[in-house]
Amino acid sequence: MAIDSLAGLMQAGAERDLFDVILENDCRERGALREDSLARMRMLYAAIRRAGRGYDPALRSGSGMVGGDGARMRAHAASGKTICGEYIGSVIAQALEMGESNACMKCIVAAPTAGSCGVLPAVLLPYQQREGLDDETMVRAMYVSGMIGQIIARKASIAGASGGCQAEIGSASAMAAAALCYLAGGSAEAVCHAAAIAVKSLLGLVCDPIAGLVEVPCVKRNAAGAMIAMSSADMALAGIRSAVPPDEVIAAMREVGDKMDVSLKETGVGGVAGTPFGQSIAKKMSGKSE
Amino acid sequence: MNIFDILGPVMVGPSSSHTAGAVRIGRIARRLLGEGTPVHAWIGLSGSFAATGRGHGTDRAIIAGLLGMQTDDERIASSFACAAQEGMAFTFESVKLTGEHPNTAKLILTARSGRTMEMVASSLGGGRIMVVELDGLRANFSGDLPTLIVQNMDQPGHVSDVTSMLAHKGINIATLQLSRDHPGGNAVMILEIDKAVPQEGIAWLARTEGIRRVTFVDAEPVEVQA
Repeated sequence: MAIDSLAGLMQAGAERDLFDVILENDCRERGALREDSLARMRMLYAAIRRAGRGYDPALRSGSGMVGGDGARMRAHAASGKTICGEYIGSVIAQALEMGESNACMKCIVAAPTAGSCGVLPAVLLPYQQREGLDDETMVRAMYVSGMIGQIIARKASIAGASGGCQAEIGSASAMAAAALCYLAGGSAEAVCHAAAIAVKSLLGLVCDPIAGLVEVPCVKRNAAGAMIAMSSADMALAGIRSAVPPDEVIAAMREVGDKMDVSLKETGVGGVAGTPFGQSIAKKMSGKSE
Repeated sequence: MNIFDILGPVMVGPSSSHTAGAVRIGRIARRLLGEGTPVHAWIGLSGSFAATGRGHGTDRAIIAGLLGMQTDDERIASSFACAAQEGMAFTFESVKLTGEHPNTAKLILTARSGRTMEMVASSLGGGRIMVVELDGLRANFSGDLPTLIVQNMDQPGHVSDVTSMLAHKGINIATLQLSRDHPGGNAVMILEIDKAVPQEGIAWLARTEGIRRVTFVDAEPVEVQA
């Protein structure tokens, strides 16, 4: 039977490794061969690593609002003067770099969307380096993150236009939290609770891109999503559980998305898009396209 | 949605609908024209494509697709210069296509031979696309499956010509759409099928009286790189 809830995933993963359970589930759902599925996931992880190396601090986005901040953060992380420390500084830098690469038309991997493409790499790439993990181990964690995204997509949404930013950065953060928790040896129960804690932390986040562009506030929210993924994973690893059952958290996310005003769902109307600054950029961009 | 709808595509940003989807719209148009890079392209952007397309690189993405680039090609950002090198001229306009999806483009392409083709396609989100009009007739296909397009006079027997040929070649049909402008006028038949049609099958159909044009576009391969 296909896995369609976090309760189902916790149950299936109670006796067996989550990676095996999820790979089998994918092969069954798509009628795919095990080796083909693995080859595709390896390709995606290789593309994430390539995208991480491809950051160019000189690039600027279409509106000129985005670019160069990843390099600023990278330098600050190495300066010894950070509040969060060098490791977390490098996570923040990675999130910004990937978000900026996306805004500046470089190649990225949507996870689950292009606007939220920085969250998963920001937690995975520095962790792989620090722990000295091989790519094959990271590929296993990619399956765990993908399954969490699949369940959220089925029960709520991963599109800002239908669920707000909680559906994009919130989903990405839950996926990243689950992947980290799995890599650190967390049980299936801990993995699903890490995801639920991340979703709860970002519940209600609106999608308010200035001029409708995937730039502001999207890029910096990738850093926020990565931070929440790390705190959620650590809480779950400590044995802390979401008081609300994980599937009920996802249901709440859907309800919040449904109730969210349309001006706050990727229309470029409300939130920071509606500020005088946001409107001035929108006006400038519409003048450009005529 | 399966796990690879969540993770991926590998794409040039910033938007799966406004950039990756736009590349795919350009690519399917190029493949439907079937004569390599067009010499001229007129592109009408509608709805959100017109409103936020410039900032999302939608214009450069469509041109990149017309030049045959994939969604992960980093030359997308500089596709206008590539078009100049390849001798493709192009014009963009903002248009209102009523009743279509918010992210929709209309393309009129001119091939080196002088032949023209008109297509309307929408970007549905996550990089998925749909061709909704072909040479003025309604359509509904994505190009994800091998697709056979037969443009013919609206007269009895042509569906049978096509399905008999496919049966003879042992090719299974997934979907079949028919559309026409008026009785006895121009008609189009769009078949999504499970494998490629051999060249002689296409040539046989093209020779059949009343059939004006036969186009076959094979499925786009799923990229698995090292």
